[in-house]
Amino acid sequence: MPQIPESHQKVRFYQTGTLTVGNRLLDAEHRSVQGTMDRSNSLDSGHRACQGCGEALGARFAIDAAMRATKNQLIAANATGCLEVFTTPYPETAWSIPWIHSLFGNAAAVGAGIAAALKAKGRDDVRVIAQGGDGGTTDIGFGCLSGMFDRNDDVLYICYNNEAYMNTGVQRSSATPGGARTATTMPVGKDPGNAFNTGKSVPLVAMAHLIPYVATASVHDLHDLEHKVSKAMGIHGARYIEIFVPCPLGWGSKPSDTVKIARLAVECGLYPLIEAEHGELTGVTKIRQHVPVGEYLKLQRRFAHVLKPGNAHQLEQLQAIADRNIKKFSLIDEKGGQE
Amino acid sequence: MLKQIEGSHAVAEAVALCRPEVISAYPITPQTHIVEDLGSMVKSGEIANCEFLLVESEFGALSACIGSSAAGARSYTATSSQGMLFMMEAVYNASGMGLPIVMTVGNRAIGAPINIWNDWGDSMSARDAGWIQLFVESNQQAVDVHIQAFRLAEQLSLPVMVCMDGFVLTHSYSQVDIPDQKQVDAFLPTFEPRQLLDPASPVSMGAMVGPDAFTEVRYLAHHKQMEALELIPEQAAEFETLFGRDSGGLVKSFDCEGAETVVVTMGSVIGTMKHVLAEMRDEGISIGALTVRSFRPFPKETLRDLLKDAKRVIVFEKCLAVGMGGILAMNLRMALKDFPIRVHSAIGGLGGRPRPITRANLRRMFEKGIRDEMEEPHFHDIHMDIVERELEREQAQRRSGSIAENILQDVGVVAAAKTI
Repeated sequence: MPQIPESHQKVRFYQTGTLTVGNRLLDAEHRSVQGTMDRSNSLDSGHRACQGCGEALGARFAIDAAMRATKNQLIAANATGCLEVFTTPYPETAWSIPWIHSLFGNAAAVGAGIAAALKAKGRDDVRVIAQGGDGGTTDIGFGCLSGMFDRNDDVLYICYNNEAYMNTGVQRSSATPGGARTATTMPVGKDPGNAFNTGKSVPLVAMAHLIPYVATASVHDLHDLEHKVSKAMGIHGARYIEIFVPCPLGWGSKPSDTVKIARLAVECGLYPLIEAEHGELTGVTKIRQHVPVGEYLKLQRRFAHVLKPGNAHQLEQLQAIADRNIKKFSLIDEKGGQE
Repeated sequence: MLKQIEGSHAVAEAVALCRPEVISAYPITPQTHIVEDLGSMVKSGEIANCEFLLVESEFGALSACIGSSAAGARSYTATSSQGMLFMMEAVYNASGMGLPIVMTVGNRAIGAPINIWNDWGDSMSARDAGWIQLFVESNQQAVDVHIQAFRLAEQLSLPVMVCMDGFVLTHSYSQVDIPDQKQVDAFLPTFEPRQLLDPASPVSMGAMVGPDAFTEVRYLAHHKQMEALELIPEQAAEFETLFGRDSGGLVKSFDCEGAETVVVTMGSVIGTMKHVLAEMRDEGISIGALTVRSFRPFPKETLRDLLKDAKRVIVFEKCLAVGMGGILAMNLRMALKDFPIRVHSAIGGLGGRPRPITRANLRRMFEKGIRDEMEEPHFHDIHMDIVERELEREQAQRRSGSIAENILQDVGVVAAAKTI
């Protein structure tokens, strides 16, 4: 039975109403990296992400945590995509770490090359992250990613999953969920939106490579996310973390709802937060306030058609996926009591 | 040290002497022996402080070198044919970013139809990618040019391809003088990168450039190649002083000065041509040759100087720009555009034909050129009867089938008819 991840946050305070996990009542040493004055601000302000961008938030959380874990000895390789475009229109850059963008599909290989160079030079103090969106990870970058896993290269790959190609104008990727509207899966015809029973779970594919560490995280749970990144940086070899990052532009949601939507995705069971080591599931983050998938879907225009009359079968399919996840990963305590 | 050695093994030894720090390898014929040898040299410790990455594709191979070079490591890979095409996006990226990677291309034809034998289709597909492209004539030159390639690449911060004919060179055994480590160390300094991923001094590399700067970036890429036109002969001269051998440089003349007819080519085919041309000169025919050793940058001025007094030039090349003609010929015509010189374009050796290119068939071709009777372009050693049979078949029926399959059947039929 998977255990609750051993988080550095032993005590959790939830804000009334929003259910946000709070920081302010914790002892100083238990606060998040983001909650401290000495965070590195590796992805600095002034970049050109949209208002409410989940990816900007996720990258900021992850890289600052990785910087603390590596004592600021970090190099990042970035795939083409929103994160690359909004952070680095020359001559501006929002990155205060050594950072390289090469191509859409090769971030994992570029990261592997950097790690190899550091190893050849005996620089075991400097660590490497490769990162990209879901398109650059699950589709076009998949070959290089699998190669990096296969060789167990000393790279942490972070996928910021917003479930479509947002940079090119919201087209379907292999991480787009069933039913979702994208520019290439429009809500027309008898099965509107993206086809069901398609796509892939790269965290599970990563586990199948038996790499030392795989985790999923979400921007709504900062402590959990930082814990997983810090833990990953304490391990050598190939590691994979996928971070759930809502996209207001692509999902048709309010910029102010990004964190809420991320939380609801996890609480309804559609996005399980897991950890795995060497192919074995080692932890799941339990659902605290279980909600039906409709609560999550109704805040996003990409699912608007699912909630309309005549499309009940799509809503049922999405609920079935969430229910399967809850069962498969034991996301709700069997005693019935939620965490 | 003199060794009787396979071309690929000689190249591996040369690369090893250059103290590479990261080598990525993906198997494709005919470059495979090079990286196999390097792999065992890294594993055995013969090459110290070097990482050998077994990647999942050629795209991964060059991408890994992009990362390792940006992190300050001397980086090397090798490829051929389809491998070059598969990595093409990274080929342009490496040069665009100015990363001094050295890559051997074991020159091989590109499919379809799939063909493993030698021509220059692969290197030519990357001729405008911003890499320096050096073609070698022999395995000795392959060794020498690799050593110069690392220095040239690192000095200019540009990637360099060393192009060697697949099988003809990669798989042939010949006597090669392998330099010693001291000599190579004296010629090739430690890699000092122009740009570096370093936490002590963070930079962003490979960010977006809009219309406001893209032209200037491209111009500078061109400018650097023009600088290489100066640097390549300088380095070749220094190499000759240190190693006692003429190797590298922009072009190489084989008695082309004062000759009425000059054959221009690249790569190993000059080895056979030299003998034919010597025979012809002995018979009183005014003919010489030159090989273009640096195809990119293309040494226009040097070629103009060497060819200005020629009456005609016969370009022989193992590649074809479909719908246009000879690629080397096109480039040469541009260089000689205001000279009253006839430039004949001969295309041969495609997909390894004929095996081998013989003195007899070369001589027939040269004589046709000297008579100024060459078609434009001239296809060396082509069987037009077989081409015509296929054209007739296509005229006769809509579903005429695969051209390659039809022709192979015809080759069998024609050959059988000849034996009867």
